[in-house]
Amino acid sequence: MSDVVDLSAAAAAERVRAGELSPRELWDAYRERAGGDELNAFLWLADEAPDVAADAPLAGVPLAVKDLFCTAGVPSAAASKILEGYRPPYSATAVELLTAAGAPMLGKTNMDEFAMGSSNENSAFGPVENPWDRSRVPGGSSGGSAAAVAAGLAPWAIGTDTGGSIRQPAALCGIVGLKPTYGAVSRYGMIAFASSLDQAGPLTRDVTDAALLLRHMVGRDDCDSTSTGHPEEIALPSAERLDGLRFGVPPELTGDGLEPGVRAVFDAALERIEALGGTVQEVGLPHSGHAISAYYVIAPAEASANLARFDGVRYGHRAEADGDLLSLYEQTREEGFGTEVKRRIMLGTYALSSGYYDAYYGRAQRVRTKIADDFRAAFEAVDLIVTPTSPTVAFGLGERTGDPLAMYLSDVLTVPMSLAGIPAISIPGGLSDGLPVGIQLAGPAYGENRILDAAHALELATGFEGASARA
Amino acid sequence: MPDVTYEPVVGLEIHVQLKTRTKMFCGCELSFGEQPNTRTCPVCLGLPGTLPVVNAEAVHYGLMIGLALGCELAPRSIFHRKNYFYPDLPKGYQVSQYDIPLARDGKLGDVRIHRVHLEEDAAKLVHAGASGRIHSAEASVVDFNRGGTPLVEIVSEPDIRSAADAAEWLRLLRVTLRQLGVSDVNMEEGSLRCDANVSLRPRGEATLGVKTELKNMNSFRFIERGVDAEIARQEAILRDGGRIEQETLHYDVRSGAISSLRSKEEAHDYRYFPEPDLVPVAPTQQMVDRARDAIPELPADRAVRLEQDLGLPVDQARLLAFRTDVGDFYERAVASRDGDPRAIANWTCNELMAALPDGQEPGESKLTPDALATLVAMVVAKEVSQSAAKEVLATLVAEGGDPAAVVESAGLGRADEGELAAIVDRAMADQADAVDKVRAGNDKAIGAIVGAIMRDTKGRADGGEVQRLIRERL
Amino acid sequence: MIDREQVLHVARLARLRLEDDEVEAMTGELSSVLDHIEKIGELELADVAPTTHVVELENVLRPDEPRPSLPRDAALAEAPDSDGAGFRVPSPGA
Ligand SMILES: [Mg+2]
Ligand SMILES: [Zn+2]
Repeated sequence: MSDVVDLSAAAAAERVRAGELSPRELWDAYRERAGGDELNAFLWLADEAPDVAADAPLAGVPLAVKDLFCTAGVPSAAASKILEGYRPPYSATAVELLTAAGAPMLGKTNMDEFAMGSSNENSAFGPVENPWDRSRVPGGSSGGSAAAVAAGLAPWAIGTDTGGSIRQPAALCGIVGLKPTYGAVSRYGMIAFASSLDQAGPLTRDVTDAALLLRHMVGRDDCDSTSTGHPEEIALPSAERLDGLRFGVPPELTGDGLEPGVRAVFDAALERIEALGGTVQEVGLPHSGHAISAYYVIAPAEASANLARFDGVRYGHRAEADGDLLSLYEQTREEGFGTEVKRRIMLGTYALSSGYYDAYYGRAQRVRTKIADDFRAAFEAVDLIVTPTSPTVAFGLGERTGDPLAMYLSDVLTVPMSLAGIPAISIPGGLSDGLPVGIQLAGPAYGENRILDAAHALELATGFEGASARA
Repeated sequence: MPDVTYEPVVGLEIHVQLKTRTKMFCGCELSFGEQPNTRTCPVCLGLPGTLPVVNAEAVHYGLMIGLALGCELAPRSIFHRKNYFYPDLPKGYQVSQYDIPLARDGKLGDVRIHRVHLEEDAAKLVHAGASGRIHSAEASVVDFNRGGTPLVEIVSEPDIRSAADAAEWLRLLRVTLRQLGVSDVNMEEGSLRCDANVSLRPRGEATLGVKTELKNMNSFRFIERGVDAEIARQEAILRDGGRIEQETLHYDVRSGAISSLRSKEEAHDYRYFPEPDLVPVAPTQQMVDRARDAIPELPADRAVRLEQDLGLPVDQARLLAFRTDVGDFYERAVASRDGDPRAIANWTCNELMAALPDGQEPGESKLTPDALATLVAMVVAKEVSQSAAKEVLATLVAEGGDPAAVVESAGLGRADEGELAAIVDRAMADQADAVDKVRAGNDKAIGAIVGAIMRDTKGRADGGEVQRLIRERL
Repeated sequence: MIDREQVLHVARLARLRLEDDEVEAMTGELSSVLDHIEKIGELELADVAPTTHVVELENVLRPDEPRPSLPRDAALAEAPDSDGAGFRVPSPGA
């Protein structure tokens, strides 16, 4: 019954609550589609759904979970060979919360190894194909979650975003992806990439689904010292107009770098905003041009320490090395990590090593302060900042793998918000040559409800049709 | 030309395991010889995705130590990651405090404290002989029970000038920490661990020489010997015009040999950076007050009080202050019938210490503080002689009871005037020749008569009194 | 800019054994990335405070209350090499 699959997650939940649809039918429909995954979006699939209480808020709507989340007794490898087959003894807090709210786990989704990548080509288990054009990447690092939702293999999914890993794949796959305020969602059980930046969030078919899923993810967690929870309940968005809302366009992020097709969709989005009663003005983010530089020091530096625990002693891959401890470490890590992971460990280790700390890590942290100050100042003048999510549409598989710097630069529009720890959403703005273009709305810390409301109004006016990707 | 004499300059680095119920960053209970790897959880095993959460009691103990050592507390201290690979370090980094420690700039005795900071202990690596795996020859087994135990690291300034002073100061630190009740401070069990930084400089010179770090000497004796050995090693090198290399050394307690711990594979670069999984510790007034209120009178202060207020000699004041249970017994005795503090101190520090079986504390014997005070009072009042009182004390320590009763039943009470006069007359009759010698001017001969009387009275008579009575009769 | 020697030193610190061709590639790739990153050298940041956390939390502390530990077999379940009581490794320096 494919019409079940055409329902948004929120609509399906309604049907279930109304008794018009059984959680079992819903599960079977998606389990069957996920079982036929040809995109390599899933790394593991559940055989059957746990029983869900009929009155559970998420009503048994199945959830795809990025492989970065630890899930008890279920393979959790962060798409790395070094954790292949690893089954943790506990589940991530975000997953526990969503399961408890009635979203049973459908499967674990493919990703860039340890979330390091923007194309999902860094998975140890093969790249994911973009359902809009299978010769192209889905984006990354949450590429499997984005492709699964876009292709209707899952009603919704969770991913993680360190420098754009939810927003960019959502944009490239024509779905909605939201990175919450840093601290709103617990990081406990998320295999750490860059601890001061990592945030979990929803990847969904529409804005309402994103709000519904986020509502049940946020919360202060005693197991995460940096978690704050959210001061407001996440509301289901209802706005249809943008009257009185001030939208800021930062010239630094919307200049020459944009592909013409992306620019066209972005300009149309700005017109739509004004048509809905919003105002559009320029607002400066003077230091955002340095965001990529700061990010590619801070994130690898933290990663170089976070990935030191993968040493072949307590879990995961271990090389059959000779007797010596040093070669056991080096051989295990040489065999277990992919090239991009090694590259970032090297970059981070170098940036922290004696003699270079101040020039790299120390400076990057100060740039981070400047970038956060830029946003604080900007939100004095505007309510939301609007940019494209990615300077280009989905690029071809293999197109950028030879040039790390070019790959890094594809995060240029999403990294500044990550460094500032503020929330941002990507929603479909339209197509460019048949490929989705994402529009990013960013707001001040804990501004999720404002962002969701505005995104909802814009989504209505845009009327993006994603059905073809689910065909 | 006169050859130079060298002055040793020593600083200590002490690691103290805190006596909290749970580990530094997780809810596992601390381990006391449980089966290996039965006190672990996802956090202290460093499983992927886990995060640390600071133990409030460890911070409380850290603040107590900082205050007890007269330090300034940092208004806002942070944790860093100290990165290196070792099998006993599950995360590949140790969470420790680096540029902003919990407390700094204190003083204990006459040694300044450089810093006091919080960190987590490593796990235990146990050598296991040949391994079953084909390729690896010698294997070790890691036990993570100890991993993550809260540690306070205390670093002194280089204010110590001899191995003996180093051991002496460490004793003062240990008794201070024990008094705080924050640690078992047992060196053999590793809850107190000490490294020493040692350098030499020509006497009178201000600049410090190159220092070496002497690792983990697990007893006071070894610290004294190890530091002495290192001082000798450095002096020998300097005397043949050699240069000291800055390195980490191991003192072999059996052979007394000192060997370098540095291995070429260890390029020392810890790449410290702020731990992003933790937020700063910024002690509130309430936290500071709670820590201050939890601090009892400390041994150094007690010694000063006993010396100044009660007028005890310094060595007795220190013994009573640094052996907490002896000091407590003493002060209870003084309080019980406001007796003479000096006399009771003499009896406590000398006779009582001698009378106690090895390893027994006064409180563990049958003797009560009140009984001790009573006995000392009887001595002062000359109701019982010194030597008799020692016998009584031995009985009280072994069997307890009331001093007066013991004196009575053992017939150790002092002989009265009449009785004594009779005894003296008899003795002078028996010792006629000695009496003649004294009369002839050989005063020494009186000793024989006194001795005989003391024997007769089993020490119940007072020597001075006896002499007086004899001379009356000459 | 980073040279071959530095790459080998950093690889040792990070316990990564790079094959020779990897060292070549890594040296070139890291250099181009570092050249880009070094643009932050242009900024005047002397009086700017570093940001370690975007959250302004302090004193997030846990009461000193025991939580159950893992059964030993669960702790050792994923160990590549265990003797049933602990995690086996080649002896350091052996
Ligand atoms: Mg230490
Ligand atoms: Zn634990």
